[in-house]
This record gives sequence, C-alpha cells and structure tokens, in this order.
Amino acid sequence: MSATFDTVANIISETCDIPRDKIKPESHAINDLGIDSLDFLDIAFAIDKTFGIKMPLEQWTQEVNEGRATTEQYFVLQNLSQRIDELVAAKKA
Amino acid sequence: MQLEYFRLIDRIVTLDTAARTIQCEADVPTQSTIFDGHFPGMPLMPGVLLMETMAQASGWLILGLTNFAGMPLLAAFKEAKLRSFIAPGTALIVNASIHHQGSGFAVTHAEIRRGERLVCNAEITFRLMPFPNDAFLTNLKAVAASIGFPIEASADG
Repeated sequence: MSATFDTVANIISETCDIPRDKIKPESHAINDLGIDSLDFLDIAFAIDKTFGIKMPLEQWTQEVNEGRATTEQYFVLQNLSQRIDELVAAKKA
Repeated sequence: MQLEYFRLIDRIVTLDTAARTIQCEADVPTQSTIFDGHFPGMPLMPGVLLMETMAQASGWLILGLTNFAGMPLLAAFKEAKLRSFIAPGTALIVNASIHHQGSGFAVTHAEIRRGERLVCNAEITFRLMPFPNDAFLTNLKAVAASIGFPIEASADG
C-alpha cells in the first residue's frame, strides 16, 4: 500500500467520518464509500493542499462524460493515488 | 444593498487579481420589509444575509480571477461566525481572499467589518458551473459594471 493511498484514506476518513479500516485501495469513492459530490469537493481541497497539486477534476469529469474514461480510473482509490503521484511527479519535473 | 433583490454588494472598491483579494462596500438600508419581521420592534440585519453578502463578494472575486469562466455557486460555509449585530443604516466593508482555487471549485476566506470591528467571517466553498446561456452572462456583466467591477482587471481579460 502506498504512502499516497494512506494519506488519501486518512483524508477521506476524517472528511467523511468513514472508519479508516473500511477504506481499501480497491474501494470506489462513490460506489463503495458513498461519497457525494460536496464531500468530494472537501476531499479534493484537502488533497490539493496536502500534495501541492491541482487535481484536474473538470477534465476527468469531461473524459468520463464523453466515454473516454471510466469512473474507476479516477475514483477507485489505488487509481486515484496513482493519478496523484503522477501529478506530484509532473510538478517536480 | 437591495435586500429584496438579493443584490447585496453596492460597490467594488478594489479587485486585486495578483493578491487574489477583493474589497467591497455594502450599505444596509434604513428601510426594508425584511426588518418588519426581523424583528418587530428590534430591526436587525439577518445573519443569513450577512453570510450571503460574504458569498457575493467572494463570487465577484472568483469571476474576476477566472475572467467569467463560470458561475460560482455556493456549496459550503465553514467556521462561520456572527460576531456582532447589525442595525439598519450601517455601512459595511466586505473583504474576501482566495484560499484555494481548484479545478471546478474555489475556497475563499471572507469577512465583514463595521469600521475596524469584525462583524462576521467564514470559509466559503463554491462550485463553478457553466452559465445557462449567453443572456445570463450578459446580464451578469451588466450588474458587474453597475457596481464598479473592473472588467479590465480580470485575470485573463
């Protein structure tokens, strides 16, 4: 389990009052954890601030709406953590 | 302030896109039907309208920073505190700053002062939504111009 996932899981647990042990790498933020759009704004805010990035939520949403990506690619937590790692790496490059 | 029309910002004093701050003026009217009920014999500016005033100042700031890219719609208030009561006829200063500008959302810190005294403050989250049509945007810009919004100072304008 990556350090990024642990950080994201802790953010979700604190923001949404979800027991930490119920948050798994394979959890889908919406389908499995029941996180709604307002709570996800809080999570995105905390992730942006913690990692010093700006998650491209509008781009991701557009890709899903246009059928060019699935929600699993961005909202399954291990995938989200990987996207975050990529954004952090891109910022450092 | 035109309370019944929810037009709560009278004038934009400064919109600093580099510092990502805005300062506005809002004069509470001496007469309003709202004071008939809030409260009979003890007229006070409703706290929810003070919150909305902070939200509107924040909204103009976000519009300035995004060059009217979308409509900032209220999503959440956090740590909102109403610290003193406001009577009809009070001149208010409304300040807001960007705390975080995310993708499709923004978070501001806003406050209202009466002179030097802090009246209320909050952290406010907005979703940025597409404008419903061109007429809406045209009207919004007309309202902006009427309160001194410096169109030329918009971040991308």
